Amino acid sequence: MRFMVMVKATAESEAGVMPRQELLAAMGAYNEELANAGVMLAGEGLQPSAKGARVRFAGDRRTVVDGPFAETKELIAGFWILQCKSLEECVEWVKRCPNPMPGESEIEIRQVFEADDFGDELTPELRAQEARLRAQAGGEQR
Amino acid sequence: MDAATRATIDAVWRIEAPRLIGGLTRMTRDVGLAEDLAQDALVVALERWPRSGVPESPGAWLMATAKHRAIDLFRRGETLQAKQEQLARELADAADEDPTAEAAEQAGEDLLGLIFMCCHPVLALEARVALTLRLLGGLTSDEIARAFLTPRATVQQRIVRAKRTLAAARVPFEVPAGEQLAERLPAVLGVIYLVFNEGYAASSGEQWTRPELCEDALRLGRMLAELMPREPEVHGLAALLELQASRLRARRGPDGDPVLLSEQDRSRWDLLLIGRGLRALDRAEALSRGGLGPYALQAAIAACHARARTPEQTDWEWIVALYDALAALTGSPVVELNRAVAVAMASGPAAGLELVDALAQEPALTAYHLLPSVRADLLARLGRRREAYAELTRAAGLTANERERRLLLERAAGLAGD
Repeated sequence: MRFMVMVKATAESEAGVMPRQELLAAMGAYNEELANAGVMLAGEGLQPSAKGARVRFAGDRRTVVDGPFAETKELIAGFWILQCKSLEECVEWVKRCPNPMPGESEIEIRQVFEADDFGDELTPELRAQEARLRAQAGGEQR
Repeated sequence: MDAATRATIDAVWRIEAPRLIGGLTRMTRDVGLAEDLAQDALVVALERWPRSGVPESPGAWLMATAKHRAIDLFRRGETLQAKQEQLARELADAADEDPTAEAAEQAGEDLLGLIFMCCHPVLALEARVALTLRLLGGLTSDEIARAFLTPRATVQQRIVRAKRTLAAARVPFEVPAGEQLAERLPAVLGVIYLVFNEGYAASSGEQWTRPELCEDALRLGRMLAELMPREPEVHGLAALLELQASRLRARRGPDGDPVLLSEQDRSRWDLLLIGRGLRALDRAEALSRGGLGPYALQAAIAACHARARTPEQTDWEWIVALYDALAALTGSPVVELNRAVAVAMASGPAAGLELVDALAQEPALTAYHLLPSVRADLLARLGRRREAYAELTRAAGLTANERERRLLLERAAGLAGD
């Protein structure tokens, strides 16, 4: 299963304060660990919301609101997409992360929807056989 | 112990087991002992952590515990030999896991050493698969048994025998280099590919795909790509797996039925995985000296499909060229048969049929039911229904699988019917 792991913004990150050298190095090592274990699918740091925008929807109307946005703790400053066996595994990985901010910070973990991939429903074997037959006959049929 | 603590310990094990067992194998030169030590450490954790809480750095804790047990074991041994004494000293000296760059590098080397040991040619293929999933994938014997629909006792036997074989053959714990690496790497890639394929088109059981196995294989493939960044075929395999996996969710219809490539809803393809696959393929291409290897070529074929937003946009000419290269590299008649199907898509069924006919004399394919089956498809597309009917009947006679046979006969009946 896949998780979106979000680093919550802080006043400093929203102010555009760049992380210190040590934190960058520790983060680099952590990212490498994630990659070496084969669990990291993607990950990026985000610029402060001052450089972002929101589009608000009301019926058919769209209103664009430019950043920055006030509710700092609800904003995110970076994210990873991790592939893990369970939520517990993802939590364990996140616990290994260096504190992403000076002072207090929070990382939120959310599972990505992919229920249809991993449902338990059984496939009628007959059709499975058919598709495999054709798949084998032409690799490009797969 | 409550379920949450148990789940946490399982998760820690999955994360730490490969590095732990890798490190302990390097120190003790015995993968069987290493796994036992790691397991012992886990048992201690199972006793303590529910009360004391999970330690700050559980990996280091497990490693230290396992090392102490190893030292105890060696010191208590009645036939204490000089070598063991030395090992015990080494173990005692070995610094606990620290987050320095060297430690990280050592951990990477340990993982690689473990992969090459698990996939050593001295082991039978099933043993390599079971051992790799167990020691590197962190799967239990139960999980492996379920994945391959094999009794658990069989899997356990395989693993026990595999460890014995490795010890008897005195397989060294090392990452092969140079020519040896070129010789040994295909076995490692082959194991990962086999695990993936078992998940992608399950060879047995009631489910058409088993995505969890695909994920296990992907994890191993990604791990290998990070640990051996200069090997083009490692990226080739990673690219192939990412690209194939990008179609997993589109390959199954709402009722669980398989959906063929040409009929898949391409908007359901996984763009994240496609992007990763294409980047891995770029790396394989950039690193390749003198042509792509077999995995990179297959990945390049998969990439042609990934880039086509509709089936009509598929670059079949380029796919044919890639199959040319793949056929030249592998000399496999099965690849030739695939190539014929691609030619039929690029230049029409008549051109494809000509190639299939030329393959009819191929000894490896004379009893291969897919040859008449493909031939039947092409004949049907050319409107030669009676010949197609005959080929399907022939194919039905060649397959040993009852369900396949029935299916081929159904297709034949369909041709006769309308």
